[in-house]
Amino acid sequence: MKADPAVVATGMHFIDGNEACAEGALAAGCRFVAGYPITPSTEVVEHLAKRFPRVGGMFIQMEDEIASSICFQGAVWAGMKAMTVTSGPGLSLMMEHVGLAAMTECPSVFVDVQRAGPSTGLPTLPAQQDVMQVRWGSHGDYEVIALSPSSPQECFDHAVTCFNLAEKFRCPVFFMMDETVGHMLGKVKIPPADQIEVAERRLTTRKPGEYRPYEIYGGDQPEMVRAGMGHRIHTTGLTHDERGYPAMNAAAQDKLIRRLCSKVLDHVEELTIHEATNVEGSDVTIVAYGITARVAAYAVDLARRQGVKAGLVKLVTLWPFNDRLMRDIAASTKNIIVAEMNLGQMVHEVERAVAGKVPVHLVGQAGGAIVEPEAIVAKIQEVLR
Amino acid sequence: MSEAYVNPVEKLLRTERIPHIWCPGCGIGTSVNCFARAIEKTGIDYEHLHVVSGIGCTGRVAGYVNVDSFHTTHGRAIPFATGLSLSRPTSKVVVYSGDGDLTAIGGNHFIHAARRNVDMTVICVNNLTYGMTGGQVTPTTPQTAIASTMPYGNYEAAFNLPNLADACGANFVARWTVFHVRQLVRTMTKALAMKGFTFIEVLAPCPTLYQRRNRLGDGVETLKYYKEKSIIQNGANTAGVGLCFQSEIVVGEFVERQRPSLREEYDARMKAVLKDAYVPYEGTK
Repeated sequence: MKADPAVVATGMHFIDGNEACAEGALAAGCRFVAGYPITPSTEVVEHLAKRFPRVGGMFIQMEDEIASSICFQGAVWAGMKAMTVTSGPGLSLMMEHVGLAAMTECPSVFVDVQRAGPSTGLPTLPAQQDVMQVRWGSHGDYEVIALSPSSPQECFDHAVTCFNLAEKFRCPVFFMMDETVGHMLGKVKIPPADQIEVAERRLTTRKPGEYRPYEIYGGDQPEMVRAGMGHRIHTTGLTHDERGYPAMNAAAQDKLIRRLCSKVLDHVEELTIHEATNVEGSDVTIVAYGITARVAAYAVDLARRQGVKAGLVKLVTLWPFNDRLMRDIAASTKNIIVAEMNLGQMVHEVERAVAGKVPVHLVGQAGGAIVEPEAIVAKIQEVLR
Repeated sequence: MSEAYVNPVEKLLRTERIPHIWCPGCGIGTSVNCFARAIEKTGIDYEHLHVVSGIGCTGRVAGYVNVDSFHTTHGRAIPFATGLSLSRPTSKVVVYSGDGDLTAIGGNHFIHAARRNVDMTVICVNNLTYGMTGGQVTPTTPQTAIASTMPYGNYEAAFNLPNLADACGANFVARWTVFHVRQLVRTMTKALAMKGFTFIEVLAPCPTLYQRRNRLGDGVETLKYYKEKSIIQNGANTAGVGLCFQSEIVVGEFVERQRPSLREEYDARMKAVLKDAYVPYEGTK
């Protein structure tokens, strides 16, 4: 299916990442957003509050993040494409409903424009400290998808990707910008609607009485319904059977949770979006994501001008983490440096995947300012000394 | 069995899920019986009726009613129902939950949904205690009553729920006990047909935890208490209907007003400002 031409703002724009994300959501078919104001994410919903009444959408500013994170799931079960938008402390409040989305297999997009924490932290300044929160924040075993854009253009492009993945995988999908990317102005090309691929919800064609909401009828995901189709479904955050009814036993739990995890983990390759440059035969490869990937590109350029064989891997997909990709990188380079705006989160995943094959180093900082390219260059020199 | 012997409420129930989890003497089932009869009276198409609940004994109602039903998280049925209701304007959305769920953890959502006048009917089965977790104090437990976390008697002031809903602007506010089954059916029928936020408090016994701990006898004893101590006072000032321990209970339909619902306010405002440029949010039909 293609995007709706009446809604897509086709053309060249000079806008920031937050606005680009809002336009991406619109292009992807999002027509309902519930949110609660929090810096530095609020411009996303402010933009949609203006745009929605002109395109048949609705924004509601809820009483808090907890309400927002379940209100939009009510809209999803009504058949809409919907999302919520927040930042670190707000996301912390939403965590129970990340679990609900995982358990009920609700196609849910959570936009998280990261700021520095913990707690109220640094409201107006950037960080990449929510990487582990989105992965592990809600209790229980479940899998999520998380993408991290590096530019306003990617904010548009991958906002669309996030909605498409949510429909396909029926799990929580996080769009992890940071303050820098959210507030960064840049050129954004919004293509014509017929060039934007939009995933449709896979609504069941089975008749009421012949349909069980959590049964797999082919493919990897159960077919969905929306309220009002006549199927009289029941959905619950409790462990449930294929009918959606509570099933309070270990066998039902094991069966359900393994499926919820494997429906994402079995598709790691398909879900991996990354860019690798000059990795083969390099002495050092930088692994980075979000704004830090752009800084790292500059640092790699500086190092290469100094004659260092340096490569770069920019991760767009943070979760699920691609172990195979990391092992391949380790086989092609002599050292890995992970650069991120925290004191070490994704570096642990890289270390785990690389499993000692090559040394893994961290250039990290506690947020509040982007990682300086000079810090990465200094680390490259230190590693190669 | 001849069809004449089929229970008239059976149509609304997921009979394959019976027996239910509720204890003997519990009032939740009676309230569901009234709800089913009210649904029949309104003639709402089952396809266009959705029940949302939170957590707890009353939260399990969603699992037993044979309509699209959503058993959500603790205290958050109302915000889920808000998204559902706004996106399904042709459906009737009912939130069915207990006092702890709706007014403690869910208290903030309750007042804001009433303030916004979201199209939904909220049924609060108030048994004055947390049933599923073992009889702890709730915001509606009367002062001096014993609860597992108030072993020396509750010293906190209790919510007067009709007054709270009224003050926030709910379109309809009523209270009955599960003794008043006919009145309850009538009131539910009325509330289900109304626009905006409608609220019904249903006092119900919890013999296993509240009544036993307070030496108030069984479910039947409680129904006798409801019968003897209830005063029907339609249109009563909600400020005067607060509950004290084993006191008189003012019941009836207290508030009925015609404030525009959230959807109507949104439409009116956008039409006024954007005129022809306004494209209404239709959700799904």
